[in-house]
Amino acid sequence: MVKKTKTMNLNFGPQHPAAHGVLRLILELDGEVVEKIDPHIGLLHRGTEKLIEHKTYTQAIPYFDRLDYVAPMNQEHAFALAVERLLNVEVPIRGQYIRVLFCEIGRILSHLLNITTQALDVGALTPSLWGFEERETLMTFYERVSGSRLHANYFRPGGVHRDLPIGLTDDIIKFCENFPKVLDDLETLLTDNRIFKQRNVNIGIVTQQEALDYSFSGVMLRGSGVPWDLRKSQPYECYKDFKFKIPIGKNGDCYDRYLCRMEEMRESVKIIKDCIKNLPTGPVKSIDGKITPPKKEELKNSMEALIHHFKLFSEGFRVNKGEIYTAVEAPKGEFGVYLISDGTNKPYKCKIRAPGFSHLQAMDYLLKGNMLADVPAVLGSLDIVFGEVDR
Amino acid sequence: MLKTINDLERIVNSILTTAIKKSEIKYNQLYIDVEPEDITSTILFLKTNSKCKFRQLIDITAVDYPQRQKRFKIVYLLLSHENNLRIIINMNINEKTEVSSLTKIFPSANWMEREVFDMYGISFKNHPDLRRILTDYGFDGHPLRKDFPLTGNTEVRYSEEKKKVVYETVKLDQEYRDFDFDSPWEGTKYLSKKIEKTKIEKK
Repeated sequence: MVKKTKTMNLNFGPQHPAAHGVLRLILELDGEVVEKIDPHIGLLHRGTEKLIEHKTYTQAIPYFDRLDYVAPMNQEHAFALAVERLLNVEVPIRGQYIRVLFCEIGRILSHLLNITTQALDVGALTPSLWGFEERETLMTFYERVSGSRLHANYFRPGGVHRDLPIGLTDDIIKFCENFPKVLDDLETLLTDNRIFKQRNVNIGIVTQQEALDYSFSGVMLRGSGVPWDLRKSQPYECYKDFKFKIPIGKNGDCYDRYLCRMEEMRESVKIIKDCIKNLPTGPVKSIDGKITPPKKEELKNSMEALIHHFKLFSEGFRVNKGEIYTAVEAPKGEFGVYLISDGTNKPYKCKIRAPGFSHLQAMDYLLKGNMLADVPAVLGSLDIVFGEVDR
Repeated sequence: MLKTINDLERIVNSILTTAIKKSEIKYNQLYIDVEPEDITSTILFLKTNSKCKFRQLIDITAVDYPQRQKRFKIVYLLLSHENNLRIIINMNINEKTEVSSLTKIFPSANWMEREVFDMYGISFKNHPDLRRILTDYGFDGHPLRKDFPLTGNTEVRYSEEKKKVVYETVKLDQEYRDFDFDSPWEGTKYLSKKIEKTKIEKK
C-alpha cells in the first residue's frame, strides 16, 4: 500500500514574535519539513522613494533614519555621501571623524540587537536583557549629539549637524572600556552554549558562489568566506586612517555569522577608541554657506547669515545635474543610494538599495528541505529589519 | 585583472563594440548604454568574462521620464569584487517594451524585477513569478511613476458598521502644498502673466 501525504500550508506572521517585524511567510510543509517558502513583504511599505522625490535634499535625510531604524546614522551616511559627491563638497576632517565614530556606534547598535534577538529566537532570554542595556547607553550618545535617541537626522550633506557636546567623548571612552567585558559575558552565554550551537551550527549554509549569486553583502557575504568590506575595499570618508580587521567566516552557517558579528563589534570598539584619541579640531561641516546653514549666533548679527539660513531651510540647495551610486558598509551589508539629480532642489529619483531585501529573497532557497524550527534561526541570522526591506 | 576603470571601458568597448551605444566615466564609475535586445548578452558577458568578473548584481531599478518618447530608463548596477569596480548599465525603453529577465543569470534579479514591475509597471519576459511585491494585495497603479499622486488614490480605515477594513478614495482636508521654488525672485507666475496681458492690451 502506498501512503499518500499532503503538504500543509502554514501562515507565519505578519504578527509573529520571531518574524522580526511584519513579515508574512507562506510555508508549504511536508510534516515538519519545509517544502517552499513564499515571503510576502511590503506590509511596512511607506513609499520612502516617492516621498523623497517630493522633498528637498535636507528634508530627505530623516527618511533614511526610518529605514534601518536600529542603525539610523549609517543610512544617512550613504545619502549624504551621494549628495556631497554630486555637489563636489569636501567634509572637514573633524566632521569625517565624527561620522565614522557614529557609524561604528550604529554598527554596535545593530549587531547587539541582531545577536540578542537571534538568541531569543532560539530560546535564550538573558542575552537580550544584557544587550539592550548597552544599546540604551549607546542611544543616549545619539540623543546627546542629535537630540533624539533613534531618528537622529544628524549627518547632513556637507558634514554633521552640530559639534559634539562637552564631555561626550569621555563618556564614550568610558563605555568602550566597559563594553568588551559585556561582550565577553554575552559570549559565555552563547558561544559554547550547547543549545545555541545545536540550533545554529550547520544551519542555513551559504556557499561563496551562492552568496555572490544572491547579491549578499556584509556579514552574510563575509560569513561565507568572501573578504569584502566596503570600509576596506572602497574606503569612503576617512576609513583609510583606521586600522581594523575584517572577521571572516568559514562555513557560512548561522553560527559563523554570529561569530563574525561578535568580532565586528570588538573591531568597532577599537575604531571608536582610535577615533576619539585622534579627533582633530576644526569645523564639523563644510564652510560653504550655500550648502550648510550658518551658526545660530551669526543669525543675530549678520544679515547674510539670516538670508542663507532662510533660503536653506525653505528652498534648500540645488544639486548639480548628474546620477551617482554610492554605497556604505552598513551593519547589515551594502547600503546604497542611486541618486539622480536634475539640477533642482529636489532629487529626481532616489533608489535605495537595502541589503536586507536581497537577503530575505534567499529564504526559499536557504530553507528548502530544512525543518520548520530552523526558519526563525535562519531568519534571525539574516538580520532583517523591515524598515529597510519594505522602504 | 583590470586595474582601472579606463581599462574596463576599453575592454567593454572593444569586445561588445556595436552593443554599446555610449560609454562614459563619471565620478569614477562606468556608465554604459545598451539596447533592450542586447541586455542579457551584455550582462552575461560581464559576468562570465575572465577579465571583467562582474559576479554580483547589486540592484535593478527604473527611472520615469514621462516627457520622453522612450519613457523609462532601466538601470542595472553590477559589482566586481575581484577588480573592485562598479558598472552602471542604462537602457531606454518605452511603456510597452518587454524586457528580458535576468533571473537565469542572477537568481537575485527575481525580486528586483518584481519591484520594478510593481513600482513602474514594466513587464519582464521569462520571469518565473512576476507578481507585485511591495504594494498592498489588490493594489491598482504603479506608485513610482511620475503621474501617480503622492497621496495615492485609496486609503483604508476600519469601519465600525461593516466590522471590517474598508477602502475609500483619498480625501484631504488640506491640499498638499507643493511649493514652486523655480524662480523665487521673479515674482509669482500669475502676476507675471497679468503683466504680460496688460502689455498686450496696451499695444
